[in-house]
Amino acid sequence: MEKTLQRIKVATVSELPKDLGKTVRVGSHEIALFHLVNGKIRAIENRCPHKGGVLAEGMVSGEHVFCPMHDWKINVCDGEVQKPDRGCVNTFKVEIENEDVYIVLDK
Amino acid sequence: MSKQKIVLIGNGMAGVRCIEEMLKIQPNHFEITIFGSEPHPNYNRILLSKVLQGDTTIDDITLNDWNWYEENGIQLYTGETVTHIDTAKQVVYSDKDREVRYDQLILATGSLPFILPIPGVDKEGVTGFRDIQDCEKMMEYSNKYKKAAVIGGGLLGLEAARGLLDLGMEVDVIHLSDYLMDRQLDSAASKLLQKELEGQGMNFLLGKNTQEVIGNTHVEGLRFSDGEEIKADLVVMAVGIKPHIQLAIDSEIPVNRGIIVNDYMETNIPNVYAVGECAEHRGVVYGLVAPLYEQGKVLAKRICGIEGDPYEGTVLSTQLKVSGVDVFSAGEIFESEQTKTIKSFNDWEGTYKNILIQDGKIIGAVLFGDTKEGNKLLSFINKRADVTEYLEAEKGEEAGASLVATMPNEEIICGCNGVTKGDIVQAIESQGLTSVEEVKGCTSASRSCGGCKSLVADLLECTLGDAFSKSNQKEPICSCTTLSRDDVIAEIREKNLTHTREVMSVLGWTTSEGCSKCRPALNYYLGMVNPLEYKDERESRYVNERLHANIQKDGTFSVVPRMYGGVTNPDQLRKIADVADKYNVPLLKVTGGQRIDMFGVKKEDLPKVWADLDMPSGYAYGKTLRTVKTCVGESFCRFGTQDSMSLGIALEKKLERVGTPHKFKMAVSACPRNCAESGIKDLGVVGVDGAWEIYVGGNGGTHLRAADLLCKVKTSDEVIEITGAYFQYYRETAVYLERTSVWVERMGLDSIRAVIEDKQNRIELNQRLDEALSVLQDPWKEALNSDRILKDLYQSVKVPAGVK
Ligand code: SRM
Ligand SMILES: Cc1cc2nc3c(=O)[nH]c(=O)nc-3n(C[C@H](O)[C@H](O)[C@H](O)COP(=O)(O)OP(=O)(O)OC[C@H]3O[C@@H](n4cnc5c(N)ncnc54)[C@H](O)[C@@H]3O)c2cc1C
Ligand code: SF4
Ligand code: FES
Repeated sequence: MEKTLQRIKVATVSELPKDLGKTVRVGSHEIALFHLVNGKIRAIENRCPHKGGVLAEGMVSGEHVFCPMHDWKINVCDGEVQKPDRGCVNTFKVEIENEDVYIVLDK
Repeated sequence: MSKQKIVLIGNGMAGVRCIEEMLKIQPNHFEITIFGSEPHPNYNRILLSKVLQGDTTIDDITLNDWNWYEENGIQLYTGETVTHIDTAKQVVYSDKDREVRYDQLILATGSLPFILPIPGVDKEGVTGFRDIQDCEKMMEYSNKYKKAAVIGGGLLGLEAARGLLDLGMEVDVIHLSDYLMDRQLDSAASKLLQKELEGQGMNFLLGKNTQEVIGNTHVEGLRFSDGEEIKADLVVMAVGIKPHIQLAIDSEIPVNRGIIVNDYMETNIPNVYAVGECAEHRGVVYGLVAPLYEQGKVLAKRICGIEGDPYEGTVLSTQLKVSGVDVFSAGEIFESEQTKTIKSFNDWEGTYKNILIQDGKIIGAVLFGDTKEGNKLLSFINKRADVTEYLEAEKGEEAGASLVATMPNEEIICGCNGVTKGDIVQAIESQGLTSVEEVKGCTSASRSCGGCKSLVADLLECTLGDAFSKSNQKEPICSCTTLSRDDVIAEIREKNLTHTREVMSVLGWTTSEGCSKCRPALNYYLGMVNPLEYKDERESRYVNERLHANIQKDGTFSVVPRMYGGVTNPDQLRKIADVADKYNVPLLKVTGGQRIDMFGVKKEDLPKVWADLDMPSGYAYGKTLRTVKTCVGESFCRFGTQDSMSLGIALEKKLERVGTPHKFKMAVSACPRNCAESGIKDLGVVGVDGAWEIYVGGNGGTHLRAADLLCKVKTSDEVIEITGAYFQYYRETAVYLERTSVWVERMGLDSIRAVIEDKQNRIELNQRLDEALSVLQDPWKEALNSDRILKDLYQSVKVPAGVK
């Protein structure tokens, strides 16, 4: 099956405050974009696998975000929900070029 | 006189415990030989579940290390199985051709996992869950394979399943009944448990009868009686245990289901005894350690020739050792025509309690979600206590301490480790222990399942009296550190720490980034210690407090402007109505706090809504002063003796905005009819003729608590001064997220009163409060005046579909 990749500019690095999330809507996708304290930028689906909490509003600690609804802890790099809870959210590839932040989407 | 020769067959929990008891009574009296099939010294089998779940390691669960045997002159043969007993000659024979003569013989061979008699159970990849070897096998399989099936939805099966999940496997749990733990739980609790465990990722196949293990040499799956099949690389049989009695049968020692013993653990063969899971007493074979330890005690006395009480059986209680799930059950659990119940069910918090009563006595209980009461209930069941006694104790404030005070010294507090009240009290007294942690270190009480912690705390309280205050108990802030709130604040002050990250790195947090528990707490403590210099960290705040609005379940927000004292006017109401129209606010509601809430506002609209409203934030989201409810008072009411509205408004204006450990609610009523509900507020004021009464520590929420009278004063100014001092004292001494209702109980009303009564204290507390208040401004205005804040926090990115 053929896959086309779409690369979309969503922000510049300086627009993203550290340790906070930002909601990005691309077409029908809703994505939570995080600027981590180590400078990396990560993107995951903006819905908690538990009951759909908005992850972009969660507290960001290192590489994890705590869902604002019931405090599930989710790794923003691989999308894995941390113990004792279980589940996974989609992750999206992020590319940075000259301060510009792109998200790569499968079409 | 030559020493008595004792032989123990079975180097496990019950047998070794009995030897320990004997050594306590008569240290140098015996020549002891122990045989154990397993290659290990005696270890805590209970904790195998925790080993599997990754909470502890095999090395850490040893109960008696090799030195212990040596120091007590015990001849230990491990990895060696006794194969025959000649009860006439009084000699045992082992599989290594050893012969040992005995004067007294103890059988403590425990039990074996029950393996279903179905085709295929001999395939590779089928295991029980009983010993270290089984545990190691499961860990090894989890490295190579993905899918596990656990047969049996009882205690053991669920603990195994949780462990396998933690080891990264997918787990199906198969259970014959439609209800998990159906022998310990009623159907309601069982369904709650199922829901919780499903949330943790377990998959259940209930009402299923396993008919065959399929595969070649290695398991590949299971087939059920209804024809359905599932795949599995590992099958754990946890359908039950059966007493290990082959040796007894071969040696003609009478057995039924287990080795038959009387109330002194004697078999009917002279000088042969049995304890533990292999023994059957009055028709019952026990499978939990608490009764086995009691048996061991009785037997030890018997062997030492001491008059002792007979063993008369034990009421069983169980606790499931799966993190995040609290389940307790004891005694009778099934309702019948003769029983009555005290039931409560809290769907929101996921707690359930069912207490069974027969002839006015408590005979059993099931708890789910909150099991703190478990040990207390168990002791009521054991005492066959009257239900009225329980209800009284529940009401009385000192229930816990007085309950443990009446327990006899022999009563077991920690069932898992067989620690009695006497052991704990003695350790507290002789070694000067002052905390639950220390008691745990010295006596092992609460080391395994932790269910008895609250009883241990009660014992400390009743042994040490005033010297023990629950406030000394060091509760770590969160799992990132072992430091308590007090430790951290002391360090912040001493080392002049100024940033959450700095606190975490200087004080050796185990994670460099902290978690959602410690970060808001540190942010609060830093701001409280240094209000003028500390820069609040919005990243360390929960979303509501970061965005100054309450998040709703659909991701929209609610907006609650201040209406000081619940008093409004046409202007405000008109503005609210206009804004609601303009932004299509889906719901306007009068809150329980005497003001108006606008629900369902989109995040992007928040700043515009605030700008149009042009009212101060009501902080309905904050750990801070929420509302000051008032009644109409003397201006309109025929009973009013005071101007409650003015005082309420003045209090709200004075105290708003500054952070507190938890939310803080107030009310002012102008007469004892108390229409503003001052009796259930963090601080409530009630007007009486010519004076105001000040009540504190009330709560109308989860744990309803009536407020206590702090003092009575003449003027409104005095109310404001005392309220300020009280409010600041709470800010300075409470643990983050501790409501005043809990704080007042922890500190003691008298000690708080003593601080507030002192004029100098009041002045200083108010000065520090004023200092903290002086730097704050309305957060909605602050956001509107800062492009940075608006951009960083309230704007999202929208890219229409199709854009490259
Ligand atoms: C809006 C309101 C209900 C209403 O429609 O009337 C409300 C709504 C919420 N309350 Fe409440 N409480 C409201 C009055 C109360 C009251 C009554 C009162 O204040 O007189 C109580 C009991 C009194 C008390 O606190 O002592 C109350 C006890 C709670 C509790 C339990 C607190 C406790 O210590 O037990 C919580 C949970 C918490 O804070 O952890 C809570 C938490 C909540 C939260 C914030 C739930 C949350 O954490 O997300 C609700 C936000 C709903 C939303 O989506 O916006 N709410 N809540 C009331 C707002 C009052 C206001 O104007 O600010
Ligand atoms: C995973 C797990 C979790 C548990 N959790 C709990 C809990 O939370 N609470 C609770 O109260 N209980 C719990 N239990 C039960 C508890 O561990 C047992 O009740 C207790 O260990 C029984 O003690 P015992 O001495 O009778 O038998 P064991 O501890 O099994 O000791 C018997 C020993 O005898 C050896 N042996 C047998 N025959 C011979 C022979 N012929 N020669 C030499 N040696 C022999 C066996 O190898 C074994 O080592 C749990 C058990 C397991 C497996
Ligand atoms: S508003 Fe309060 S009482 Fe109502 S559901 Fe929410 S938290 Fe519970
Ligand atoms: S919705 Fe995320 S934790 Fe419940």
